[in-house]
Amino acid sequence: MTVRFPEDTVDGFPTPPRTVTDADGREIRLCEVTYDDSDALTAMYLDFDPEDRAQGIPPGDEDSIREWLEVVMTGEALNTVAYHDESPVGHVMLVPDGDGSYELAIFVLQAYQGAGIGTALVRTALGLGQREGIQRIWLTVERWNRPAIGLYEKIGFERTGDDSFELEMSLRLEPVE
Amino acid sequence: MRLLVGVNGSERALGGLEEVVDRARQAGDELTVAVYSSDDAVAATEEAVRDRLETLDVDATVETVTGQPGSRLVELAETDDYDRIVLSGGQTSPLGKIQFDSVIEFVLLNAHTTVTLIR
Repeated sequence: MTVRFPEDTVDGFPTPPRTVTDADGREIRLCEVTYDDSDALTAMYLDFDPEDRAQGIPPGDEDSIREWLEVVMTGEALNTVAYHDESPVGHVMLVPDGDGSYELAIFVLQAYQGAGIGTALVRTALGLGQREGIQRIWLTVERWNRPAIGLYEKIGFERTGDDSFELEMSLRLEPVE
Repeated sequence: MRLLVGVNGSERALGGLEEVVDRARQAGDELTVAVYSSDDAVAATEEAVRDRLETLDVDATVETVTGQPGSRLVELAETDDYDRIVLSGGQTSPLGKIQFDSVIEFVLLNAHTTVTLIR
């Protein structure tokens, strides 16, 4: 698919590692991770509520989760995880699309949603992407998922896709000096 | 049942066709394959579909669909009174999200015929 990107760049994202306090007072540590950390993430995704799936991911069973994590955590992909008490509770992936751009997705465990972790996690992942020299980032989100669309808009994503089942949004990062 | 199977040239669609043929054999369904292409290569796609059907050793009517494939599939299903439209479902994004192309979306939203989406 061909993705359009806004001309204006967005800047000011924090880089990992960093610690934030969420709206419920929990200390959340945001770190860059690699495929070596995929076991802990597999456990997180096994706890994932099917209700929070987006366009077929994450998969439900352990083998498929492991297979999928290998796709989104190897090669040039960049991964940022939110930890609470040493356990992953959220995950943002940036996966190269072969066109020099990166597709973004985020998943947060249900018990940790609505506390600002998603926003902090996406902003931190964008800071990581910026530090690694990435400039064009896009995502798709289901049209009815208004909270997610609002979150992405607040962060700086713009709607760029045509009208279809999924809404396409994209963002251009300010290049680092 | 009489099935109208929409197939474009993608490997996913041709793989889906094999599944349909398997089930149709067991159930005794009658197959019509409607070939469409998003990039005007409908003749080449039809060739690939006929090859695949021959390999599978199955009797099926093959038609080509031009213009807006989505609306043509819906129309064909209604005018020729098919029991079901079968399509193979969507592409996968770099990180694994399923994305439906405009043909699948149009058929799902507009068909009055039952639609099966192979995943």
